[in-house]
Amino acid sequence: MVKDQEFLEKKASYCLGLAKKLGATDSSVVVKNSVSETVNFRNSKLDESNRSDNLGISITTYIGKKKSSISSSNLLNDNLNILIEKCVETTKNTPEDEFNSLPDKDLLAKEVRDLDLYDDSHIANDQKIDYLKKLEAAASNDKKIVNTESSFTQNKSNFVLANSEGFCDGYKTSSFTASSVTVAKNEKSMERDYEYSSKCFLKDLDDAEKLGNLAANQTIRKLNPKKIGSEKIAIIFDKRIAKGILSTFASAISSSAISRGTSFLKDKINQKIFSDKINVFDKPDMLKGLGSRNFDSEGVKTDTLKLVDKGILKHYLIDTYNGKKLNLKSNGRCGGTSNLYFENGNTCFKDLLNSDSKSLYITETIGHGNNIVTGDYSVGATGFLVENGEFKYPINEITIAGNFKDMFQNITLANDLEFKYATNSPTMLIEGMVVAGK
Amino acid sequence: MYFMSNFFEKSDLSRKEAESIISDTLRKCDDGELYLENSKSESILLDDNKIKNSNYNSDLGFGFRAISDEVVAYSHSNEISKNSLKQSSENLKSTLKSAKGTYNHEIPKSNKKYYDNINPIEQKSLNEKIKILNDVNDYLRSKGDKVKQVTANFLGEQKSVEIIRCGGETLSDVRPLIRFNVSVMLEKDGRKETGVYGVGGRQSYDSYLKDENWKSVCDEALRIASVNLESKPAPAGEMKVVLGPGWPAILIHEAVGHGLEGDFNRKKTSAFHNLMGQKVASEGVTIIDDGTIDNRRGSLTIDDEGTPTEKTVLIENGILKNFMQDRLNARLMKTKSTGSGRRENYRHIVLPRMRNTMMLSGKQTQEEMIKAVDKGIFAVSFGGGQVDITSGKFVFNCTEAYEIVDGKIGSPIKGATLIGDGPSILKEVSMVGNDMMMDPGIGTCGKAGQGVPVGVAQPSILIDKMTVGGTKL
Repeated sequence: MVKDQEFLEKKASYCLGLAKKLGATDSSVVVKNSVSETVNFRNSKLDESNRSDNLGISITTYIGKKKSSISSSNLLNDNLNILIEKCVETTKNTPEDEFNSLPDKDLLAKEVRDLDLYDDSHIANDQKIDYLKKLEAAASNDKKIVNTESSFTQNKSNFVLANSEGFCDGYKTSSFTASSVTVAKNEKSMERDYEYSSKCFLKDLDDAEKLGNLAANQTIRKLNPKKIGSEKIAIIFDKRIAKGILSTFASAISSSAISRGTSFLKDKINQKIFSDKINVFDKPDMLKGLGSRNFDSEGVKTDTLKLVDKGILKHYLIDTYNGKKLNLKSNGRCGGTSNLYFENGNTCFKDLLNSDSKSLYITETIGHGNNIVTGDYSVGATGFLVENGEFKYPINEITIAGNFKDMFQNITLANDLEFKYATNSPTMLIEGMVVAGK
Repeated sequence: MYFMSNFFEKSDLSRKEAESIISDTLRKCDDGELYLENSKSESILLDDNKIKNSNYNSDLGFGFRAISDEVVAYSHSNEISKNSLKQSSENLKSTLKSAKGTYNHEIPKSNKKYYDNINPIEQKSLNEKIKILNDVNDYLRSKGDKVKQVTANFLGEQKSVEIIRCGGETLSDVRPLIRFNVSVMLEKDGRKETGVYGVGGRQSYDSYLKDENWKSVCDEALRIASVNLESKPAPAGEMKVVLGPGWPAILIHEAVGHGLEGDFNRKKTSAFHNLMGQKVASEGVTIIDDGTIDNRRGSLTIDDEGTPTEKTVLIENGILKNFMQDRLNARLMKTKSTGSGRRENYRHIVLPRMRNTMMLSGKQTQEEMIKAVDKGIFAVSFGGGQVDITSGKFVFNCTEAYEIVDGKIGSPIKGATLIGDGPSILKEVSMVGNDMMMDPGIGTCGKAGQGVPVGVAQPSILIDKMTVGGTKL
């Protein structure tokens, strides 16, 4: 079972005490343990079982404005003694940085609410196998499906974050994740697609048959893809791709990218960067939220932020170090966003498909074509041609390209937001992008 | 004799006891082993004129694997103790309750080594490393007001591994790895562009950085950023593409490399699974995957199952010859392991992976290729790539490219994604250059959530048709 709070706190306080004794003026420590158990199936047979027990500790020591850190998976005191001594020694030899410090004491989280992030239930491997059998049966029902791989993981984690200003807190979290990857084949083509469900609570997990059916249907509809010509066209992003565009936005407003000057959104605070109707929230206190947290990775309290209000950028994502550099207070976003989402638009999915007489519906992108310095975007894509609101035929081997500065101004959102991941978006339409094909 | 990490020194578990638990667990299995790993790594980062981070990591753990027929049971932990290993053993046994196999004791031996037993972290003091990073910063910032941001970092690692098999057979390896990276951002008339360059491999920092060798790394990053400041929008559509030598070989890695890994072919989910012995590339195209080149980033003395690595011919003169295999997939496909069984660390199961994937030289010159193109692009440097194994479609992202007009190199163009079809792209190769080059030693390949260091190499090549994902129609 995952280690309890008492064990983690004891390790944390041992480290803080030793760091102080060895000459650190300040220090912080994170101790983590996660235990996960996975069962994988392939073509309706058991393929793999995997049990993983991970311990980890990371310590940062300060001497005045000097800073250094160490991390290890070996929590024996013998090893910690050597490492903390090394850390303090390295700190002495590292140049000063005026912005190095622990978070301001008055910003540290005072109360830790129960956000319903831990489910005590345990699903034994045999029960996982029952779930996967049902899932695989549904996924392989159609003869066009030639390979199915599915997986069920239970993860339980616990952590403690402590620092020399007296902060010491942590809590358990759990997740239950099931996924199905299917391959469909006919004379002309072979295609792969997937479906996935991840929840904090076992009882909230999607039904096995539903998951298998979805994976199979999403794969079969991709068979016999065509390549289209190059043109300027409206692009509709499926929710699972649209959320990636929101993640790129989040990295472009991280205080580190802003303070280093390496973001296309630098100096855009209080400016209109999206179309009027766009609102973006980051809400850490959602019950059972996949990105929920009581404080950030420095212990700073996290409030809900309306990052974008009617298209206007209102906040950066600020941590202590970059906040000091920018002369701004941390807003508890060290380590990034929590539950980040676009508020629903007021168009239904069907109307969005009908917005243009011809558009592309994108279900998958490949490649790392986001440049947050210039805002340029260019990725490989797979999807469907949509004409007059109808899916006509699948498309592949094309790229889609644009620049986020223009793309953000041309977003229309559907009203179908759901909280399936930590970052979520309704279905998204962007006008005026360029497709490269034949 | 070299020093080996003694994994049982501070444990209540003796080597003998461990061997007996291993043998007891694996007796009725077809294969499996206890994999022990102790790694030490260090990273030092200079960014925004300051030493931002100095981080030291020490990681210790084991992964216990048992295989029966196609089923793999795996359990890993950070605690090397009697209790912990016994618990893992119970775990494996409960998954493989009905195992009735015969353990395959056969594992090839070799005395060859492809890197020295060194700890690169300890070979250079912290102060020396900090001084070089500061010198890099000063050097680049002295190149003019355009230089707005400089990031440079050292990554050093020493990983000791030991593999104990059923019956007590033990194999071990100590692997050094370093990487040095420089990134520079320029700004001119409100426009910002970045250039990135790095070097690395399985040897000491000094092999790359002695005297003032680091300056050439800085110069290259600066050159790429300067070229990009002048770039215009990239074209969109199908056209001819000339790839420069070296790092652009990530085309080979994505387009055919992943599709030739044993697991996807055993499962018949690779676009290549039914093409063995067939023509998959133009004549003159030969591609190998080689783990035996001294000190290269993708080289390994033994793989993570203990098999000595080798030079595997994948495609010979256009014909598909071999897949890359680990022990599991080799057994199920009735062939031999090619020493390609790798894992990121003890937390992960073994998968067949690439090492240094290379297209060998041909006869033509780069000039001939450029001359042969009326309208197309010349791509010199890349960020990274990705592939959909099943459909065979792959992409890679240019970070330095030029247009070619009427047989001449024209203006630089903005970064764009190139997309193609793996099983057919190599048939579009119409010229193979005489200038094969290794990449500078910076590649990391991701598969199933595991990152492993790899290398690539190729000569210049001309591809007759590829889709360029620009914005200019």
